[in-house]
Amino acid sequence: MPDITSLTLTELVKNIKDKKISSEETTKAFIERGEKSRDLNAYITEDFSNAILKAKSFDQKPNFDLKLPGVPMAVKDLFCTNGVKTTAGSKILNNFIPPYESTVTQNIWNEGAILLGKLNCDEFAMGSSNETSFYGNVQSPIDKGLVPGGSSGGSASALAANLTPITIGTDTGGSIRQPASFTGTVGLKPTYGSCSRYGIVAFASSLDQAGPMSKDVKDCALLQEIISTYDEKDSTSIDFKRNEYSKELTNNIKGKKIGIPKEYRVDGMPKEIEDLWTKGIEYAKDCGAEIIEISLPHTNYALPAYYIVAPAEASSNLARYDGVKYGFRSKGENLIDMYEKTRSEGFGEEVQRRIMIGTYVLSSGYYDAYYLKAQKVRKLIKNDFDEAYKKVDAILTPSTPSAAFKIGEKTNDPVSMYLNDIFTVPVNLAGLPAISIPAGVDVKGYPLGLQIIGKAFDEQNILNIAYAMEEKIEFKNKITDWWIK
Amino acid sequence: MTIDLKTIKHISKLSRISVDDAKADKLAGDLNSIFDFIEKLKELNTDNVEPLTSVAETTLKLRVDEVKSKNIRDKILKNSPDENEDFFVVPRVVE
Repeated sequence: MPDITSLTLTELVKNIKDKKISSEETTKAFIERGEKSRDLNAYITEDFSNAILKAKSFDQKPNFDLKLPGVPMAVKDLFCTNGVKTTAGSKILNNFIPPYESTVTQNIWNEGAILLGKLNCDEFAMGSSNETSFYGNVQSPIDKGLVPGGSSGGSASALAANLTPITIGTDTGGSIRQPASFTGTVGLKPTYGSCSRYGIVAFASSLDQAGPMSKDVKDCALLQEIISTYDEKDSTSIDFKRNEYSKELTNNIKGKKIGIPKEYRVDGMPKEIEDLWTKGIEYAKDCGAEIIEISLPHTNYALPAYYIVAPAEASSNLARYDGVKYGFRSKGENLIDMYEKTRSEGFGEEVQRRIMIGTYVLSSGYYDAYYLKAQKVRKLIKNDFDEAYKKVDAILTPSTPSAAFKIGEKTNDPVSMYLNDIFTVPVNLAGLPAISIPAGVDVKGYPLGLQIIGKAFDEQNILNIAYAMEEKIEFKNKITDWWIK
Repeated sequence: MTIDLKTIKHISKLSRISVDDAKADKLAGDLNSIFDFIEKLKELNTDNVEPLTSVAETTLKLRVDEVKSKNIRDKILKNSPDENEDFFVVPRVVE
């Protein structure tokens, strides 16, 4: 049998069900590799000894009817885990131990999975390179000194480096799809309302969605069917009929209409991205899909609108971190001084910047000019998609405007960092599902992803298209283990 | 549009984040370049457009207003940043 840690989730589950490997052996294999891979800085909190205890107890009384029988996995440190420190990548939560569990992680444990630990991420999920984390940046396993993308950078790095067979991230403007694209992995941002937000540290509540990250599309479908449940604890959770995505997965996409939005051909787009897209269109045709040119005329306005809506909501959500009930507290001369010092010392630079932007656009006299304007633009962007979906079943675009970049390359220019999300942000504004699949490499051999955007609640369709294209693309991630001494 | 230091100090007060002069200077530079980028929205006429407040097109469900988490005081107080027995402690607010 090949190395346990290099198996896909589906293969791993099969081996465990066939009793070829135990949960304990599996868990120990991932732990051993995790311990050898600390240079990647993928973990904020390791929960290894508890994981082994849980695996042993699974093996004593195994239940092979579960979908994740004794499967160990690590999750983004934005999900509250009962009794396990949850930091959101921030100093302000450096000692926070949640007394409750997020719905999404609870769904995973209910299917028999075992927590390995909490994965690094940009502070409060604000970033595209995992460089804003208080716990240090994460190395990509693809190459030394390369960012894994963000904000789910620890998740992407851990997955691509075989530290976890599968993982979950959150996506507010591209935080699952962009790191998946940068690390040669698969990432799905579900329809808004598909996965419960209960127990996820909030960034921008009208945009945040949890989603699966995996080594292939089949694993992605399986994890999505586990985490997507209606939850009355989240008032925006939507009660719709959810598929058993992995069971209904098919590579037959004959006759599906796939739209190519001309506005995504942005100025200065690198040739390799253009080529990747063209290749993707050919693959889709090979699978029997029909390609149709479409227009999403307000695409260019998505990113500026996002940088009003997301910081505005963040400034409101992050008002709760005041040093009173939990988290980091700084000493102050009086109550107000304590608040101001706590927040100044507890939040990092990017988070402070976004709180300030949000506070400004919501402040008296500016609300109409910024926040209301952005909500109107958001409506126009959603209308664009609604129009397009009268003609097509899904939309194909590149996931990112470039491959991964070097650590430190973009940290001094916030706007150039924000441009990373140019192809992913419109999807969040419109609340749609979208998946990124690895589709090629750039001149340096760094992975590039293609994004398939679906209609609301049509996860099955984009998973099917991704599954069919994955077969044609035959992408193989090249991981050299450069970080293991 | 330019955001000056006075405005930065005002926003920092509203945000309850203390900002010294050096930090205010850096923030002004960053925020101005971000707002230059955001100003692009002004090109668009949105006079007759309804603002989108939620993409989840469902009506909020009603539920019975009842307490479901009971007797969790000790669990909640465990994360308190300051030593205490029964309460959250803050700096003195009443003289």
